[in-house]
Amino acid sequence: MGRTVRLRVTAKERVADDVVALTLADPTGDRLPDWTPGAHLDLVLPTGLTRQYSLCGDRFDPSRYRVGVLREPDGRGGSAYVHDELRVGDEVGVGGPRNHFPLVPSQRYLFLAGGIGITPLLPMVHQADLLGADWTLVYGGRRRGSMAFLGELAGYGDRVHVVPQDEQGLLDLPHWLGTPRPGTRVYCCGPGPLLDAVGAACASWPAHSLRTERFVAREQPAPARSTPFDVRLARSGTTVTVAPDRSVLEVVREAGVDVLSSCRQGTCGTCGTDVLEGLPDHRDSILDDAEREAGDCMYICVSRARSDHLVLDL
Amino acid sequence: MTTTAPAPPPVSDADPFGPEVLEDPLPFHAALREAGPVVRLSRYGVYAMGRYAEVHAALRDWQGFESGAGVGLSNFRTEAPWRPPSLLLEADPPRHDAPRRVLVDLLSPRALRRLRERWTAAAEDLVDRLLAEGDEFDAVPALAEAYPLRVFPDAVGVSPEGRENLLPYGEFLFNAFGPHNDLVAEGAPRLPELSAWVNAQCQRDSLADGGFGAGIWAAADRGEITHEQAPLVVRSLLSAGVDTTVHGLAATLHAFATHPDQWRRLRARPELVRVAFDEAVRWASPVQTFFRTATTDVRVGGTVIPHGEKILMFLAAANRDPRRWDDPDRFDLSRDPSGHVGFGFGIHHCVGQHVARLEAECLLTALAARVEAIEVAGATRRLHNNTLRAWGSLPVRVRPAR
Repeated sequence: MGRTVRLRVTAKERVADDVVALTLADPTGDRLPDWTPGAHLDLVLPTGLTRQYSLCGDRFDPSRYRVGVLREPDGRGGSAYVHDELRVGDEVGVGGPRNHFPLVPSQRYLFLAGGIGITPLLPMVHQADLLGADWTLVYGGRRRGSMAFLGELAGYGDRVHVVPQDEQGLLDLPHWLGTPRPGTRVYCCGPGPLLDAVGAACASWPAHSLRTERFVAREQPAPARSTPFDVRLARSGTTVTVAPDRSVLEVVREAGVDVLSSCRQGTCGTCGTDVLEGLPDHRDSILDDAEREAGDCMYICVSRARSDHLVLDL
Repeated sequence: MTTTAPAPPPVSDADPFGPEVLEDPLPFHAALREAGPVVRLSRYGVYAMGRYAEVHAALRDWQGFESGAGVGLSNFRTEAPWRPPSLLLEADPPRHDAPRRVLVDLLSPRALRRLRERWTAAAEDLVDRLLAEGDEFDAVPALAEAYPLRVFPDAVGVSPEGRENLLPYGEFLFNAFGPHNDLVAEGAPRLPELSAWVNAQCQRDSLADGGFGAGIWAAADRGEITHEQAPLVVRSLLSAGVDTTVHGLAATLHAFATHPDQWRRLRARPELVRVAFDEAVRWASPVQTFFRTATTDVRVGGTVIPHGEKILMFLAAANRDPRRWDDPDRFDLSRDPSGHVGFGFGIHHCVGQHVARLEAECLLTALAARVEAIEVAGATRRLHNNTLRAWGSLPVRVRPAR
């Protein structure tokens, strides 16, 4: 569950074409909450938009966070605000950090980054190196000038493979993933088509070899039911009906129950709610198959019900 | 900003692990707080902190105060640990991350909800049987030990045979964080046998399906920790999950037996049960101390703790620091005990605290529903331990509710 604090922008620098890195610190100089590689923050912008950005700074420095923000022309305006309006000295609301993409222990890692997907992988790379793991980063982007943090990665030598599309074409996934390598953990972050291709290429790998993070929601099949369902809110003692065209989150909020939410597309995890009874129809991009099977938690901004009623811990 | 040259800290030759202090640590804690934010304990060549602000800050500052060199007096950089170090308590980021995350998930309030019904029934059954036998009993074995030993090993999935080894193993472990005094020597002869039993319980085949232990192995199967790490993570549950809760419950029962007004208040408002347990943990601090090791020259309150030096953090002294708490020696259910450091703080904040709270809630709720008054009914006896503030015997008389 998220709590929002105000942090100050203490630096803003261009780190690639269309990418700025923001440095954030507590205005009073306090320690910031600890985080682990793969974690993200929610930035609550003055426009009312909330956006998730992976932490890509140094976890050993408790005084500042760093995030990288790509300008997304077809986005909902969050990145444009960060690029065009947000200035050093401004304060922004920050939720988190939360981590749905943790680095698990391994002797060997293959990191696959597409474009701005480098951001969660950057601290992972630092950490894998610190721990003396055998690791490789394959980093694709449209062109060299659009790829952030190349300078920071240069020191790792030939562990890092930089693949600008205009020079070398798309990432050669059959080369990197064609032969399953048991014991190697594959971490991938980037655009949906890259994640889908990597997922397909890893199908013959041992279970749990691949870990991904999506910034954009996964394509979902149609909801399991097209009829209304009831949701009983155990703590507030009310029952509401969710029509097919409404989200559980909207209906619960209308009933006067406060639930924090953020992305409204099942990617950030802010609205995670405990399920006490009933079968959820999971439509988020966070839970893995085992967690879906367990059925004891759901993201009510997008997830719905399979059963006629759900009981939620709200 | 002005900087002044660091001053040497005040020096104390008191022995915080000696029998006088272990019998009644409060005067020593008060003297420690008064002496300064950092004190040098000449007897052991270590630094100490007793004030809330500095202890709290140091617990958060894992960068400056590491756990990986051991959280006892022994420095793992120069001395061999008596057992393979804990992957949680005696580890730092980044290696600490994955085992911690597995236990955070397994022991979250959400994950524990499935236990509440069973643990409530077990508490009611235990209290009913006890009251049927009479209205005087020793609350340490009859409640504080009996209840956790009944529910917790089941929840982990440990076999019924040999559970009597858990308490003496934990007692040794917590003594071993201190100096090699008589308390350690007395426990040493049984150690090989106790360790062998505990280590055997950590293996996959020893652990029942559906328990925390099996959950840890399942996390290893999913790659969240390695299979080599799994038994050591199970060991953390068996090491840190029994004695601490036993003495937390004993402290809570002692607090109520000596504060009848607070027991009446709990009976009138049973929803105070969670505040009651945390207030008892603040007031008694079942875990009194842990060490850290300076990773660099760390400046604290006008003095400098040099790189590589051990720092003894008195959680118990911080929990009664009048700079932080009003009337700190009072056990008071109207207080908000939030922020106490009885479970530690920061990245090593007790990962089993929700388990302890649920055990306490179930037992105290069952007791409060059935017992109108509880009082001390004989000579109490402390159990000395280098880390724990423990009761050996707590005879009580109860008046059953009509």
